[in-house]
Amino acid sequence: MLLFEDPVFASRMLSLLTLSIHAIFATLGVGLPLMIIIAHWLGIKKNDEHYLLMARRWARGFVVLVAVGVVTGTAIALQLALLWPNFMEMAGHVIALPLFMEVFAFFFEAIFLGIYLYTWNRFDDQRKHLLLLIPVAIGATMSAFFITTVNGFMNAPTGFQIIGGQMTGVSPIEAMFNPATPTKAAHVISTAFMTSAFVLAALAAYRLLKGAQHVYYKKALHLMMVVGLIFAIATAVIGDFAGKYLAKHQPEKLAAAEWHFETMEGAPLVLFGILDDEQNVRFGLEIPYALSILAHNHPQAEVIGLNEFPQEWHPPLFIHYLFDLMVIIGVWLVLFSFVYWWGMRRKWTIVTSRWFRRLIVASGPLAMLAIQAGWWMTEFGRQPWILRGVMTVEEAATQSPYVGHLFFFFLALYLILVIGVVVVLRNINQRFPLEQDLAHEGGERPWITK
Amino acid sequence: MDYEVIGMTVLWTFLFGYVIVASIDFGAGFFNAYSLWTGQHQVLSNVIQRYLSPVWEVTNVFLIFFFVGMIGFFPSTAYYYGSALLIPLSISIILLAIRGSYYAFETYGSKGHRGYAFLYGATGLVLPASLSVVFTISEGGFIQLTERGPVLDYWTLFTSPLSWSIVVLAVAAVLYISAVFLTWYADRGGHSQATALFRRYALIWALPTIVTAMGIVYELRNHNPDHFASLLNLWWMFAISLLFFVASVWLIWQKKYYGTAFLLLVGQFAFAFYAYGISKYPYLLYPYLTVYDGATNEAMAIALIVAFVAGLCLLVPSLYLLLRFFVLDDQYVAGKK
Repeated sequence: MLLFEDPVFASRMLSLLTLSIHAIFATLGVGLPLMIIIAHWLGIKKNDEHYLLMARRWARGFVVLVAVGVVTGTAIALQLALLWPNFMEMAGHVIALPLFMEVFAFFFEAIFLGIYLYTWNRFDDQRKHLLLLIPVAIGATMSAFFITTVNGFMNAPTGFQIIGGQMTGVSPIEAMFNPATPTKAAHVISTAFMTSAFVLAALAAYRLLKGAQHVYYKKALHLMMVVGLIFAIATAVIGDFAGKYLAKHQPEKLAAAEWHFETMEGAPLVLFGILDDEQNVRFGLEIPYALSILAHNHPQAEVIGLNEFPQEWHPPLFIHYLFDLMVIIGVWLVLFSFVYWWGMRRKWTIVTSRWFRRLIVASGPLAMLAIQAGWWMTEFGRQPWILRGVMTVEEAATQSPYVGHLFFFFLALYLILVIGVVVVLRNINQRFPLEQDLAHEGGERPWITK
Repeated sequence: MDYEVIGMTVLWTFLFGYVIVASIDFGAGFFNAYSLWTGQHQVLSNVIQRYLSPVWEVTNVFLIFFFVGMIGFFPSTAYYYGSALLIPLSISIILLAIRGSYYAFETYGSKGHRGYAFLYGATGLVLPASLSVVFTISEGGFIQLTERGPVLDYWTLFTSPLSWSIVVLAVAAVLYISAVFLTWYADRGGHSQATALFRRYALIWALPTIVTAMGIVYELRNHNPDHFASLLNLWWMFAISLLFFVASVWLIWQKKYYGTAFLLLVGQFAFAFYAYGISKYPYLLYPYLTVYDGATNEAMAIALIVAFVAGLCLLVPSLYLLLRFFVLDDQYVAGKK
């Protein structure tokens, strides 16, 4: 089996596994603090206990997700050096700064999260307690930013020169603010906010479908759909910038994602389809000029095709499907949440109907799926490079023959963790039903502390 | 001063921080499980949970901080240690995962699940062992450079008296540090039964800790004579460490000034830890890698030091706030908040 024979392939698969699991928890870890802040702040501003309660109930689930996020994050932090020692030895000279700062941001977040969670009853003034959450949100967002700059560097290495195989003339700041950083970081952060909002909206919609009547769920649903809409629009706009970045700096990734082989002006955008052996797209949906517009904002602009690059530098062509999946879900979420928002303003009955709520329930997992598809596309789209143009994945990986075996140990570990999280999150809902939380209002509040 | 030395000092300090906070964490997990077994769970678990719940994540960050800082200041360590330590560190990751998820699952999930509590306690003893492998390896003689990169010689590692004494020291020190801290913590909260119990554990584990620490110095004489010689040059630091040890045990024995006893313990470990660190200089991995050939470029070193100072300006007040809320607040420790 390839996994046991080839340490390079095994290292790739283990990294894929760890990062895919981590992406779930990291996305929610970055997005949820902002949602909790919004609810907490609205609760204070409107003097509405329901929003304060939302903050508390979300915070409970957030703890569980953070715990597992820390665990999987620790795993990937260590695996970077264990699986890719040659890469870390080389790139460490240039990207240590953002990695280091990411840990600081994480540190900051960890400290204030601990304080926030265990001091619900220690402030008479809820505003003081809200203040504690701001460093948590800043820390979470900043760590997303710093770690994304590292990934940006791998896509667009800058800030050093290679002379005789050695990296010299290093500029840590230039490496951090490489050409990929602005669009990548903005896209990652806005999708994290968007996804968290849709996941929370999905939970509220699920409760309502299950027969819950309480106005609390309607408030939660409405708030999160509106926040989701805002960040879905932001994500789409930033996604467009990201496409333009690719056209300029990583044309082979865009070309592979779009199955665009010949350089041409007025390039069409292909949706779906199957590729045959002669690079002909069959059953595809072709939108004329769209790729030129996506890449350069001009219908006649020239878009570089994949055939301009040597065969061994081609990314795998299946990233086309991942790109389609991400974009389709993104567009759907924008339109869908817009219909919801408009419908609520217009008091349309369909937006409160059962089938519409089922669609809301689906939107949470869909957003998460788009996150995964997006990361897979960007990472597979960088093949065969680990540092584009500098170091290939092959050169970077460990030579240890045991990676294939470790893959299964980690697979088992993550399975247990994911199942555990699902079970625990369900338990929380049973142990703290809304009615019980509401009954505690004004009285003693055993929210988090036991 | 050289950037390399500043970098090493920073990292060594964070590793020391991790040794102390992680020891408290690992040991507490073990005492928690042990008390379940002996039926004293009622007495201890509340005290342990009070302390651990808000701070466990911070404990974890110390480790990642050291690890990332190491690769930042000394990228070559990623090559040597990363290649050789795939299996021991992967085991550590899995054990850390069990511990990390425990907090999430235990707080809301199966409340008081015995199996999980035992597993959690066991990881507290296996983790120091698996992490301390790094110290053993850094002494040299366990890694071979091959075409596949640096490879760990497991047979030599498992049959070496040095590696076993380091494991025993790690476990004993974890239990000792943890017991002393928890004695103080329980005493602050007025949990008299728990205080008595933790005090007993502290006294039990004091002797093995100091005996194995001395045993390691003896082992090093055979294993790495160069290192042994430079250890002897720093005899006065070890003497101060021993003095602190005697004073802190005496205070615990006398049942008074537990806070001072804990501070003395921190001083004891600090002197021994730094003396050990200084004596290793300039080697990161004997004899392949020194601080100087492993270091990063000057521009990155300056950037890292600037980031470090700026980061500390944020961290120190925040950490103090955390202490104020959950360690130095007697009302909280007593369970009244």
